[in-house]
Amino acid sequence: MSRITVSEERCKGCLLCTLVCPVEIIRQSDRINQNGYKVAEVLAEDMAKCTGCASCATICPDVAIEVWRSKKPKKAA
Amino acid sequence: MTKAQQAAPVAGEELVFSRPASMVDRATHYCPGCHHGIAHRMVAELIDELGLKERTIAVSSIGCSVFLYNYIDVDAVEAPHGRAPAVATGVKRARPDKFVFTYQGDGDLASIGMAEIMHAANRGERMSVIFVNNTVYGMTGGQMAPTTLIGQKTTTCPGGRCKDTEGSPIRMSEIIAQLGGVAFCARGSLDSVKNIRQAKKYMRQAFEVQTKGQGFGFVELLAGCPTNWRVSAIAANKRITDEMIPYFPLGVYKDIEADGTCGSLIQGGE
Repeated sequence: MSRITVSEERCKGCLLCTLVCPVEIIRQSDRINQNGYKVAEVLAEDMAKCTGCASCATICPDVAIEVWRSKKPKKAA
Repeated sequence: MTKAQQAAPVAGEELVFSRPASMVDRATHYCPGCHHGIAHRMVAELIDELGLKERTIAVSSIGCSVFLYNYIDVDAVEAPHGRAPAVATGVKRARPDKFVFTYQGDGDLASIGMAEIMHAANRGERMSVIFVNNTVYGMTGGQMAPTTLIGQKTTTCPGGRCKDTEGSPIRMSEIIAQLGGVAFCARGSLDSVKNIRQAKKYMRQAFEVQTKGQGFGFVELLAGCPTNWRVSAIAANKRITDEMIPYFPLGVYKDIEADGTCGSLIQGGE
């Protein structure tokens, strides 16, 4: 299972990440950060769909997204 | 997600994407959706990957990218408007052991700095140039740049750029590729994930021609300026795809390693 974390201090709400997500789980939240931007978020129930492709993090101009990917289980001997 | 959740990895997970070590953890002054952040990140990643952090000297230009030294954790010099290649020439000749790159916008490089970039490229200075082309003067409020597309409205051509009176947009990569000292010249784009990844490969090659002492490395990156184009960040990306890329074709314009001419232009060089 993979997941992303969005730094709400750094996100500027440009929503480029919503454009590139292949499973379309990133959306604009109603929360406004310290700089007045509506930040991007992924709902907890949608996070299981995340493929860990890192497209959102690649296009994020503010490096606000970190991507975590679970290690592939080793093949049984 | 809170900061605590970010810091605590779940067992069996690995962090596959995070801020590069050479990029300072600080909010940038760029507008939402500005592609400078992506270019900065790729520069920082390449400095880390090539192990150049302790011997890099960056030369930043005038424009929005003037504060490059606040975001990339390397030594830096701030050059007068357009003169980054001239300053970088001095830096590189004084300290040939250092890795020197300039980071310039289109108002800086293609307009006031045209003479400096042409001659630095022609001399084959061992430096790398990152040229961010967003077809407008960003910092000063959206005036017409030499790269502004025909018909594009800016504050100094409110009716749209007219070819008869203002000329055609300059294609810098094609011009630079013709000059003798250039080892690598390419144009990438920052509008999609695929293009961003390809652009990073171009940037890596432009950095490597310097570390190998082959000559001048030049990469043009097509970028968006949502604020001065008066569109949203998503519409700005679409404009790059639909309008800029057809006029500014992507690809490699010169690569002396691939051409097999490597070495012929640096006789008497390093």
